[in-house]
Amino acid sequence: MAEQTAKRQVSVPMMADLAARGETPEVLFWVGCAGAFDDRYKRVTRAFVRILEHVGVNYAVLGMEETCTGDPAKRAGNEFLFQMQAMQNITTLNGYGIKKVVTACPHCFNTIKNEYPALGGEYEVIHHSTFLQQLINEGRVKAEGGESFKGRRITFHDSCYLGRANNIYEAPRAVLEVLDADLLEMKRCKTNGLCCGAGGAQMWKEPEPGKKDVNIERAEEALATLDGDADVLLNLQGVESTAPVLPAGSNRGGSVIAVACPFCMTMMADGVKNKEREQDVQVFDLAELIASAEGLNA
Amino acid sequence: MLYQLSYITSSWFPGGVVAVGEHKSSKAFSTCKRQAKKIFRAQHRKLKAVICYAYRVYFGLNSKPTQIPVHFSIQNILFLLVAVAGFGLFIWQARKIRANILVGRDRDMSGHVNERLWKTVLVAFGQQKMFKRLTPAILHLIVYVGFIVINIEVIEILIDGLFGTHRVLQFLGPLYSALTGTNEILGALVVLAVAAFWWRRNVKGIRRFTGPELRAWPKLDANIILYIEVALMAALFLMNSADLKLHQLEGKDLPGAFPISQFLTGLLPENTTALHALERVGWWAHIVGILCFLNYLPSSKHFHIIMAFPNVYFSRLMPQGQFSNVDSITHEVKAMMDPTYEVPTPPASEGAEAAPTAFGAKDVNDLAWTNLLHAYSCTECGRCTSVCPANLTGKLLSPRKIIMDTRDRMEEKYNSPLIFNPNLYGKEAKHDPQEQLDKENHTLLRGYVTPEELWACTTCNACVEACPVNINPLESIIEMRRFLVLEESAAPNSLNVMFSNIENNGAPWAFSPSDRFNWADDLYVADKSATVA
Ligand code: HEM
Ligand code: SF4
Ligand code: SF4
Repeated sequence: MAEQTAKRQVSVPMMADLAARGETPEVLFWVGCAGAFDDRYKRVTRAFVRILEHVGVNYAVLGMEETCTGDPAKRAGNEFLFQMQAMQNITTLNGYGIKKVVTACPHCFNTIKNEYPALGGEYEVIHHSTFLQQLINEGRVKAEGGESFKGRRITFHDSCYLGRANNIYEAPRAVLEVLDADLLEMKRCKTNGLCCGAGGAQMWKEPEPGKKDVNIERAEEALATLDGDADVLLNLQGVESTAPVLPAGSNRGGSVIAVACPFCMTMMADGVKNKEREQDVQVFDLAELIASAEGLNA
Repeated sequence: MLYQLSYITSSWFPGGVVAVGEHKSSKAFSTCKRQAKKIFRAQHRKLKAVICYAYRVYFGLNSKPTQIPVHFSIQNILFLLVAVAGFGLFIWQARKIRANILVGRDRDMSGHVNERLWKTVLVAFGQQKMFKRLTPAILHLIVYVGFIVINIEVIEILIDGLFGTHRVLQFLGPLYSALTGTNEILGALVVLAVAAFWWRRNVKGIRRFTGPELRAWPKLDANIILYIEVALMAALFLMNSADLKLHQLEGKDLPGAFPISQFLTGLLPENTTALHALERVGWWAHIVGILCFLNYLPSSKHFHIIMAFPNVYFSRLMPQGQFSNVDSITHEVKAMMDPTYEVPTPPASEGAEAAPTAFGAKDVNDLAWTNLLHAYSCTECGRCTSVCPANLTGKLLSPRKIIMDTRDRMEEKYNSPLIFNPNLYGKEAKHDPQEQLDKENHTLLRGYVTPEELWACTTCNACVEACPVNINPLESIIEMRRFLVLEESAAPNSLNVMFSNIENNGAPWAFSPSDRFNWADDLYVADKSATVA
């Protein structure tokens, strides 16, 4: 084992620079507002860039030319603002002749993939979970040489805008599989997955009065799944499926709630914090898990 | 299977066994073919006899006796009147409902015929989405299959009723036994399944069968359906067992098989006049019951037994995450960004002055016609509400209520079917009583659905995914949000802050756009190729 891993500084390629040199990248990495501004999710953006750099993908980012896709405005009913944002972004993307876009945000993914074409923006859009799955399948990422997740418990929280909205259920799971961890499914998973509570612009407002916050409900389920807490799981509402097979023994610590969306990240992390479980359960994005398993953090 | 087939053919077609067993030699084959033709002709003759008979009865020609018992009487004339009235009333109601649905905004749902048909086969005919929850799926499958198969016998009832024949389908021979036998068994299963439905609904207290929208009329309606279902089955058994006993007492054979009724005959009187009367009571109760039920459907969630099919056919084919773009806004935005852009004028419709349409939906006529079709297909099963994260955590929002409110409002504003009992919500739905009375504000939005409900939605699509008949409550929610934001600027304050952040900073948070690329500062990656060496 190498004691001291060599490291190099990354200078993230900017689209404008590439264009000035007359180059086009194979894929444009759409960072998204959360990926650019949210302190927690910036770490995911950096992890994903490390993977791109390590594998040697020919990519670029828009940098300061990127603006909000308009998703929060659209879900909140402000169609006018959405279309203003969309037109602006489409003009930028088309101006650079972008063909393929990858993003770590399911909301950006859904908006650019499904709602931009009618406004004149047609690209091949791919979510980072699918992108990572492809890198793994091609053998370009092996999840070796870094942190070991062997035997640790991981449960994946489906993002609504990845899952039900776009039928991507298997890619994130395929990515997690290379970690050789103990993957556990929550009772409400895949098509039955419970929202983290942030979608539809809820991220930017106080929840309506109710008994509980959605992220607490979901965090309780995730924790109960990792802990093998049958009582909590049996009383979950919203599914009539048979009781899941519970892993023997209690949580071993170092367990992970895996997410693939910046808003799910915030909501799940808040939920875990609310339950005072930060010391033994962490919330990570797929890209972070892969980057640390591959030993790319420096 | 082959054995059964040859059994049926041999008893029904004299040459049937030959047809199954000896088709190899060509001589046998031609014999077989000849015989098949003969049989076909014989069968054809029987059918012709039935039709000729019907013709003669109605056009006063002399009747010749056939094997099928006939007693044409005043009853049949009466039946004709009842049937015409029953179907006529239903058509009248159906037209009203059609008109209601068509007040919705236009939406092009043409094309993709094969994809749509396939979806209808899977989701509606095949009950695909029901099977996410096994127990109710099996119970429902029994009722559903029972309904379809037993209705073949309704064809017989109609023919008998119109022409005075008795059990006209008996010319089917062994198939008739199979049909009546299956019907009796299914009928019994339906009664059991309905009892289970009743128990689940009224005793077991399943959460999705509760809620502010499921009181009063919708609650009663759910039980009425179950009672009618049992009553119809009871009529069927009364008719069969009385008929069976009558034949037994007269020493005659009743065509058909009666695996359940044969055990019920003991409960009936020994008197042939009484039995005859009971058989008639059963027969009339069954068919009049069906006609009444048919006319009850438009007022009930049970309308889904018809509407589920078109509703699934016309359901969305786009990814669930894709929301519609508002075209009029697209033109406006394009014109803003490019002054030379020419807004295409919509083809002027006949005479009607193009009324300026509002953005989003305030009332039912602002929704697309498919959203209104949804309202008539809803089974009020509550699967949507039971998986809604907002509802699960005690918020006011219930996607089922949005759909049920749409139907109530349509019938209040436009045409209503025979029974119209709109849900009136009180305090628990946080309706301002003043607002409900205020005519101006008495629209779908506010009169029925409160902004508090709409703002609780996370647009998670769980309700859409859960709905067994492919209803999409989310579309209606978003349309009403659009109205609140674009026409009334009535978004919650924090959302207005988010909007202005996007406008000013290009991000929903108050960060400076110049900090957008800061994440890339001091970024290092482990250089693994360097260590390997
Ligand atoms: C065409 C014949 C059909 C018949 C006779 C029929 C009959 C019934 C009856 C009697 C109920 C009441 C059950 C209760 O009280 O919970 C019911 C409910 C229901 N039906 Fe149907 N139905 C038919 C078609 C369909 C179709 C095509 C669908 C769509 C897949 C459907 C979906 C439902 C659902 C979701 C419920 C709510 C019951 C529950 O939540 O378990 N039905 N149906
Ligand atoms: S989309 Fe809205 S109404 Fe439907 S389940 Fe999700 S939160 Fe509830
Ligand atoms: S909308 Fe669909 S899921 Fe909801 S109650 Fe109606 S039929 Fe059931």
